[in-house]
This record gives sequence, structure tokens and C-alpha cells, in this order.
Amino acid sequence: MSLKWRIAIIFGLIAASIWTLFPRTVVERVKRNGEFVYDTVRRVPLKRGLDLQGGMHLALEIDESKGAVADKGRAIDDALTVVRNRLDEFGVSEPVVQKAGADRIIVELPGIDDPRRAQDVVQKSAYLEFQITDETQALEKALPRLDAVLKDKKVATGTATGGQRDSAPAAPGLQSLFTADTTKKTDSTRTDSAATATAGGPGAFSKLIQQGRMPGEFYVAQSDIPLLTQYLTMPEVQAVLPPGKVVRWSSDTVSLGNSIYRPIYVLDAKPIITGEYITDAKPNSDPIEGNLVQFTMNNEGARRFRTETARHIKDYMAIVLDQRVMGQPPVIQSAIGANGQITMGGKPLQAAQDLALVLRAGSLPVPLKVVDMVQIGASLGQDSIKKGITAGIIAIALVILIMVGYYRFAGVLAVAGLVLYILYTLAALAGFNAVLTLPGLAGFILSIGIAVDANVLIFERIREELAHGKTIRTSVDEGFRHAMSAIVDSEVTTALTAAVLYQYGTGPVRGFAVTLLAGIAASLITAIFVVRTFFLVWLNRSPNTRTLSI
Amino acid sequence: MLRILHDTNYDFIRWWKWAIGITVAFLVIGLGSLVIKPPNWSIEFTGGTLMQVEFNQPADVARIRSSLDNAGIHGAEIQQFGSNREYTVRAQDAAHVQTQASGAESIAVKIESVLKQQFGADQLRIVRTEAVGPRVGEELRRGAIIAILISFLITMIYLAIRFDWRFGAAALIATAHDIIGTVAFLALMRLEISLTVVAGLLTVLGYSLNDTIIIFDRVRENLRKGRKESFYETLNRSINETLPRSILTHATALASTIALLIFAGEVLRPFAWVMTFGIITGTFSSIYIAAPVLLWIERKWPRKTGGVRQSSSTAMPTSPTRRSPATATR
Repeated sequence: MSLKWRIAIIFGLIAASIWTLFPRTVVERVKRNGEFVYDTVRRVPLKRGLDLQGGMHLALEIDESKGAVADKGRAIDDALTVVRNRLDEFGVSEPVVQKAGADRIIVELPGIDDPRRAQDVVQKSAYLEFQITDETQALEKALPRLDAVLKDKKVATGTATGGQRDSAPAAPGLQSLFTADTTKKTDSTRTDSAATATAGGPGAFSKLIQQGRMPGEFYVAQSDIPLLTQYLTMPEVQAVLPPGKVVRWSSDTVSLGNSIYRPIYVLDAKPIITGEYITDAKPNSDPIEGNLVQFTMNNEGARRFRTETARHIKDYMAIVLDQRVMGQPPVIQSAIGANGQITMGGKPLQAAQDLALVLRAGSLPVPLKVVDMVQIGASLGQDSIKKGITAGIIAIALVILIMVGYYRFAGVLAVAGLVLYILYTLAALAGFNAVLTLPGLAGFILSIGIAVDANVLIFERIREELAHGKTIRTSVDEGFRHAMSAIVDSEVTTALTAAVLYQYGTGPVRGFAVTLLAGIAASLITAIFVVRTFFLVWLNRSPNTRTLSI
Repeated sequence: MLRILHDTNYDFIRWWKWAIGITVAFLVIGLGSLVIKPPNWSIEFTGGTLMQVEFNQPADVARIRSSLDNAGIHGAEIQQFGSNREYTVRAQDAAHVQTQASGAESIAVKIESVLKQQFGADQLRIVRTEAVGPRVGEELRRGAIIAILISFLITMIYLAIRFDWRFGAAALIATAHDIIGTVAFLALMRLEISLTVVAGLLTVLGYSLNDTIIIFDRVRENLRKGRKESFYETLNRSINETLPRSILTHATALASTIALLIFAGEVLRPFAWVMTFGIITGTFSSIYIAAPVLLWIERKWPRKTGGVRQSSSTAMPTSPTRRSPATATR
């Protein structure tokens, strides 16, 4: 190959690399005032992993703790679509939602600042039901049996295991649970240091609840919630609960006098309609009702809703989202058509936005649970990048010192090769859309020290050839030729391990393998081709030289 | 021309007994410590929760611990991370991991709320959370083991293609030594074994193998030249000839790992340690494990045919005093 061609190829590669790495405008979703908008951003097209950028990684699987799922494969595919729809609107710059293996969903949300909320949007079942509150006094009738069951069970142990999915503030301590001596219908002064009736005594169940303001509504003191939740999960209790009815907690609390209560509702088990007909939902703010979500149903849903509500005029209708009653059930004044609303209680507008979003995207066909979660603050990622760059610069400086100090002129050529090596590697990463992770950054810095390995092999060979009294040109040629097999060896051994790591590693480690592979390719090019060309140029320009500084 | 250790003629192999003694002692101590105390697996492998918390004011470990204990999170490991405003909380017990089976984030949510209750919500920030459920932990563990085994398998295949069995076996033993030695080092330093560290371990495997290959290549080349010297001398000559190259490449590689060790921060430090130690042990093993083992194999199963001269005359350097003056050091 002629020297001209060699130089042309090197410059071509440089140009291609710079072009690949040049900051460019990309259309990206960015968050602005809480809203996400498409916007153009100018940046270097190097993708950073979550560990460098900050963000959240979630792995989700079907939660079968509340019943087995028959067709898991289908369920996970449906769930994938729903999660994807939700996150598309959630306001993350580039959400990743993908299936991993047969039964897992991976969600990656770069730059997220409120992980709890994001997780909620992903995991919320968003199963909406409209149920009529019980008017047959079913619970009241069942109370004697409930109390009897608890008495038999002697539930004095009462280790309140802080309600299962219950977001209610945990009771301050066990002691206060047993102070719930106040009986029904006295929603007035309830002192916390009252008598100490042992739970499991007479009326263990009935003493926890008091009649509310509408049929099927009962109030439970804040401090009794864990205990009642525990009772309700007992199979013996569930067996004697009124048939055809379900018991659902409210999402809100009410304060009566100076105590706080959470309503619990007894509802007809069969919903009059579910949220599957919802076509649109949007958040809104009302001066009287506070934040709410307005929804619209499709024609079929509207027709059903109208017929059903017409049959239940003067009844109370609970809007139940994921088994929680939203707001106070309104009384049905007249048949309701396509539109309705869900009040959010005291919750912020953002909660209404999120609810509207999940209602639009549809409900999850199966409950999902998190099996793996990583959340990295953006500042930590920045810090990692900064430290990584410092380490990289120091490494480069040391390598330059060693190479130039030892090999002098040839060392300078090697260092020039190293600069190109760095450029090519970064360009390869950008070009193949690889993700730069923290281990990847470490691998890159490591590879700087290893990249000159090939140069060292070659230079030592050249020295040996020179020592054998060969001319400079022959020595250079022979040096490159003889060092070849050793260089290929070293690259192959590293490439093999990198390939294995790529195949069997997870996110960050994969990033490491990718940088290693890109580095190997770049170091082969620079050591064998680029640095050799440098030598050739030098030999051409000073053909009569008798000494080679190496 | 600046030269380091050029045209040397050290009798490296002469010290093989010492070297093997040291290495065996190190391995025994390191692996022995694993028996006494199990390795420090990261939560990626065990499952569990790791949280990095940054406080506005310097915080007291005892206070963090007591508030966690009160919330029923017992046995959590609390470590200062850099300054005294930053801590990591690690809940890795089997009990905690089991709780996470139904939702990996549960312990993390609990820790966060407890700390915010104790110190005030605006007094601290959760900088990092890693919550791994038991199933994922098990998968990652299996993945890491498979990766290590496959790397070894591929290495063996590569060696089988590249060398005859004598060289291959010696190189494999030297590489195995490096991996086991690095594990012993991890155990002695009580470094956390994470996925990144396993990646580092495999990189060490590649690196140390490469180092051995370079010396062995030179041995083969020198054997072909058919000098009138024993195999023992050929080995020493080869090591000496590749010495400047070894020193230079290890110096640059160490420059990188030491820069990582000092400047790249806490998260990458275990990885940097693995690489630093791995490079050193890789150099050591190429000379003091690979070469003596090869010598031993050559003596035990001498070559019969081929261009390579009979090496049955090769004497094991059982008595270093017997060495010829040619190997005397300067």
C-alpha cells in the first residue's frame, strides 16, 4: 500500500470519527415545567448509562401472590404494552421498556428525579370499578359471627404487621391499638389513654368500626387500621364476611372531632361497570372538589353506564381504583352517560395527572412486582463522570511520561497513536450506539494503559533488530512483522473474555465488555497501521538517517 | 537509547522454590480466610438492599443504626462512604432478602422513610438505591459462574489451538493461579465481590494469559534456533529477553489501574484493586508458575521427535548452586 493511501485512510478515519462524535442537534423529549415536550438538544452523541446519567432501572415480573396467572406469556406481553403506553407519556427523555427473557419487563428511566412516583405509574394496576354500596346492612348482620370468630381465635396477640398494601400511616405502636375501647357510634372524644381492653375480648371486630354517613360506610380510627387490616386477611374472618359483598378501604381520611378516621366500605361484589371502556381521561382542578380526573367512555360503555345507573337511582356509587374507594361515593341523582369524574381528595394535581395517564393507557392485566431496582441520583452520575475523567487524564499523562521517557521519538509516535486510539474508540462507541457505563468508563481508562502494549512489543522488536545490525528501515519492517503474532495473541485473549462478558453480563458489565471490544479494534488499527505509517512518513522524510530514537 | 534491564541474564528460575512457597502460603492464607469468613458478596449476588444516603449535616452512625433497628431492620451494615455526611446502608440478611421476594423495593422504602422521620425529610438525600430480589440475585450468581467457566473453557480451547499440550497446560495452570490468587487477594482485603469485580477477574484472566503467551512464544522461537543449551537455560533466556517488554507494558497498565484506584472514586475501587493485583500476579505467574511448570512437564514427559531438541538433559534446578557461571547475575 502506498504511503499516500495510508495517510488518506488515517485522515479518513479521523474525519469519520470527528463527524460521529461531533455535537449534533437531536430531537429529544425534555421535561419543561413538569410537562414533557419534544425539543432539539445539542449534544455529543455518546449514550450514557443510567449509572452515569442518573435514573432508574426496574425489573418487573408478574406478581402471583394474589392468585396464579394462567397465560403468563400473553399477560406479560399485554402488561408490556400498557407499561410502554404509560411511560411514553410520563415525561422521561428516553424511556426504555423491553421484555427480558420470557416473563420479565425491564424499564429504564434516565434522569428521573422522583423514583417513587415513577414506580407507582409503572406498577399501578389502574383497575377501575364502579360498585354500589351495600344497602342490606350485610356487615351489621354478620358482626356477631365476626366477633365470635375472633373470640375463638383469641387474637390477643395482635401483632399488627403494618397493613399489607396499606399506605396508611403506621400506628404509633402496639399500645395504642389496645386502647380502642370506644364502641360504635361515638364519633366524639376518644382519648388515646383510655381503658385497656384486651383485643379478642367481646366484640373484637365490632368495636373497631362505627357506622358512617351512608349505607355500607363505616369509620375506622386511624390507629385501628393495621389491626382491622390484619383481621380482614384472616381466612376465618373472610369466611364469615357477607357473601356477594366486598370490603374496600377508602383512599381518604375523614376527621371527626379531633380524631382521624379512614372509611371502609361494604360494596356489592359485582361492579356495575369497569374502567375498560374509558377512552380519555384528563386531570382538572375544581375550586370546590379539589383536584379530579374527568373521564370519557366509549359508546358501549356509555350505554351500559346509563342503563346501570338508571337502575340505581338514589343509591351510592363507589368509584374503586385498585380496590380503593376514591373519594366519598356520590349518590346517583339520575342516569349517567359517557362522562364522569373521580375526585382525588386532598392529593396534589400531579396525582391527578398520573391517574389520568394510567387510565388512558389502560389497566394492567396482571399485578406486577419489582424484582430488581437500581436508582442513581443525577449528581452521583455527574460525580462519577468527573472522577472518571480525572482518572483518565492522569492515566494518559502517566502513559505519555513512560512512553516518551523510555522510547523518546518512537514514544512520541506511540503517543500520537494513542490520541487517535482514544478518538477512534469513542467514535466506535458512538457509532454503534453503545452505552457508556461506569464500568465501561473504567474499562476505557484501563485500555489506555493496555493499548500501548502493542507499541511496546513492536518497539522492543525493532530495538532487537537494530541491535543485530540491520538498517533502520529493515528493522522497522521486521519489528512490525515479528511482533504481529504476539499482538494478535494479546488482542484475541482479551477479546475472548470481553465477548464472554458481553454475552453473560448485565447492563453495566456489558458496557465494560463493549468498551473493551471497541478498544481492541481501535488499538489494532492504531498500533499496526497508524503508528507504522508514522514511521514510514518519518523514514521517507529523512531517508539518510543513521539513528532512530527508540 | 534508554534501556531498562536490557541484555540481562538473571537466573529467574533458580528462585522457583521460593516463589512457589510464597505463592502457596498466600493462597492458603487467602483461601483459608474464606473458610473462616465467607467472601464479601455484593447485593447483586446475594439479593438485598443497598442505599447511599447523603446528609446535610455530619451524621452519627449510632443514630442511623438505632433508628433502623427501631424500624425492625436489624443487622444492616452502615459504612461511611467518603465524607462523614455520606453513608451506605446495606441490608443483606437472608430475612431481608426474603422480604424482597414480594417486592424488591420494600426494604428500601422502609429505610428511606425511617431515616427521613429520624433526621427530617429535607436533611438527607438518597443518592443511590440498589434493591435486588432473591430471584434476580440467584440469576446473577449463576450468570457470573457460567461466565467464568466459559471463559476458562474458551481459554483452554485457545491454548490447545495455539500451543502443544505442554505449553498449554503450563499456561493454564499459571492462569488458574492468577484467578485463585486474585480471589485470595479479594478475601484478604475484604473487598466486595460485585459483577464489576467479576468482570475485572475475567480481564485479569485474559491479561495474564497474554503475558504467559508472550514468554512462551519466545521460548518456542529460541527452541527452534537450536542453541546448545538446556531447556532450563532457554527458559531463562526467554524470560530475560522479554523482560524490558514486560516491564514497560506492566508499567503502563499499572499507570492506568493506579489512576483508577486513586482518582476514580469508591464505586470503582474494588475493580481497580482487582486489576492492579491481577497485573502484578500475572507478571509473577508468567515467570514463576508457568516457566517452572513447563520445565517440570518437559522433564516428566520429554519430547521425542520434532525439531525441538531432546530436553531430557534438562535438570530441575533442585540445587541452585549447580548452575553454570553463564547464569550468574551481574
